Amino acid sequence: MVWINAIVQGILLGGLYALFATGLSLAFGVMRFVNLAHGDLAIAAAFMSFSLQRTFDMNPLVSLLVVLPGAFIVGYLLQRVVFDRVVGVDPAFQIVATFGLSMVVQNLIYEKYTADTQGLDAGSLDAAGFAVNDSISIGWIPLITLLAAVVVLSGLALFMKRTRTGRAFRATSDDADAARLMGIDVRRIWAVAMALAVATVTLAGVLFGIKSSFDPFVGPARLIYGFEAVIIGGLGSLWGTLVGGIILGVAQGLGRQMNPQWGELAGHAVFLAVLAVRPTGLFGKGQLR
Amino acid sequence: MSTFKVARGSTASRVFAVTLLAATVVMATMPSWAEGGTQRKMVELFTLISMAQMWNLLAGFAGVVSVGQQAFIGLGAYSMVALVNVHGQNVYAAIPMSAVLTAIFSIPIALIAFRLRGSYFAIGTWVLADVVSLIMQQQNSLGAGNGISIKVSGDALERLKIIYWLALGLAIGAIVLTYAVLRSRLGLQMQAIRDNEGGAKGLGANVYRTRFVAWVIAAFWIGLTGAVFYLANLRVQPKDSFSVVNWTAPIVVIVVIGGIGTIEGPIIGALLYYFMRDYFKDYETWYLIGSGVAAILAALYMQPGIWGYVRRRWGIDLFPIRRRLVRAEE
Repeated sequence: MVWINAIVQGILLGGLYALFATGLSLAFGVMRFVNLAHGDLAIAAAFMSFSLQRTFDMNPLVSLLVVLPGAFIVGYLLQRVVFDRVVGVDPAFQIVATFGLSMVVQNLIYEKYTADTQGLDAGSLDAAGFAVNDSISIGWIPLITLLAAVVVLSGLALFMKRTRTGRAFRATSDDADAARLMGIDVRRIWAVAMALAVATVTLAGVLFGIKSSFDPFVGPARLIYGFEAVIIGGLGSLWGTLVGGIILGVAQGLGRQMNPQWGELAGHAVFLAVLAVRPTGLFGKGQLR
Repeated sequence: MSTFKVARGSTASRVFAVTLLAATVVMATMPSWAEGGTQRKMVELFTLISMAQMWNLLAGFAGVVSVGQQAFIGLGAYSMVALVNVHGQNVYAAIPMSAVLTAIFSIPIALIAFRLRGSYFAIGTWVLADVVSLIMQQQNSLGAGNGISIKVSGDALERLKIIYWLALGLAIGAIVLTYAVLRSRLGLQMQAIRDNEGGAKGLGANVYRTRFVAWVIAAFWIGLTGAVFYLANLRVQPKDSFSVVNWTAPIVVIVVIGGIGTIEGPIIGALLYYFMRDYFKDYETWYLIGSGVAAILAALYMQPGIWGYVRRRWGIDLFPIRRRLVRAEE
């Protein structure tokens, strides 16, 4: 039974990883861009929510109403002012610029909040849940997180499929130059993509902050889990990202069940196995580029 | 009618070669006139130069941009622990052995990481470094999560002197090694691939093998660097020796600000980074924020870096790795 519980909890955790992964997948899909500060932005959002809670006694879930629009604007401006200049150049500069941003974000948080471990308190929802049977219980927050991942991914899929902007997204992703010739404002598409990427990872960061404690330096690990979910699921596949997140979560859960120190390593092992056997991921199409 | 010939060296490069040689000789005498503290600091500077040179060989010439090079510092350090503490090897004999072990470990890492390209390759190397660190943390004989000290005996000052020379050798060696690689057939292929992958392939360059060899060479030298650095510090901890913040972050900043794809750049960047950090040592967090901002600005607005601009403005190559067409004197 403990094993089934480990799997159930892993699936729920997978929802969180999928949320961390969505923005990475989106930015990579639309403009072949990887933001190494992705996880740090999530942690910055968790700290914002922490401040709102401390100052205004605001529930972190309510604080999303403030933090998410803020994240959208930050993402949009970040792309316009900073990232645009390193899209489509030697990846070295992309890596350096976003790596620099990661250093800046981490140390700014550290300067303001110190290295103390913090947590977000979602009131009565926190640590509450319902029992399926004697050994399996499902927490509200992990369940909400998994549902949020499903809603976000469905929303994005619909947006891509049905809306005009979504079509422009796909066109830009396939061939930015051709899209530009067709009259699409490619830079705006990029900025919207980054805005959505930062907003989704902000949602992930706040939900993560309710579930676990955090400090200014836990961002890179979130980036890595999100990245692993993307690669396991397959590049360019939104639903693959969810499956990838769940596989990663289950692997970590089972690993931890075997030995408390093996959780992370088991997740990495599955990632490496997928990379070795099927580098395009489970649902990936085409080339890794 | 004028005739032309292909030249590599120039007056500047020849003068510089002599200067570098003289500077090396002066620096080699340092243990006899400088204090232990100064020598320790110099060891750190030499470590930075050595690592920056290797990261630049990969990122600036071979087109392999990794943020997982801390894996090889850690592997070098842990190889020292395993060889000296567990197998009772002599510490100085253990240094080259550690580098060889690191190079061997870098092969499976490359086989997996090279399945990814571009930015995803970079994060992939980061994950792999994390995996190596986690595996080391499971080894009780190597101190597990808490770390361990390399067992040494004998006079500490005498040891520092030797470590200082070794570190100097690392820095100078990294420069010479990079220069030698770049003037070789391998280096020519690397640069051809970097400049135009398709074209280089068409002319017979083997992209995978070239990158692979560059990767293993860099791993060997970084392993050597890790072994020497941790012989100076003795205490080896997984959180510290595999830290991306301690190792790879400063190196990336150094190379980009100094000038990626030049041999001069990483040296200038390392000197700048090192002395600025020393100057701002009471404001460490703000210094890190500042270097992050500098890295962003450099990546956005001054991609050639300091030496790139110098070369563009005055056409100087202190390390002649390019061929130039010059008018032949009759």
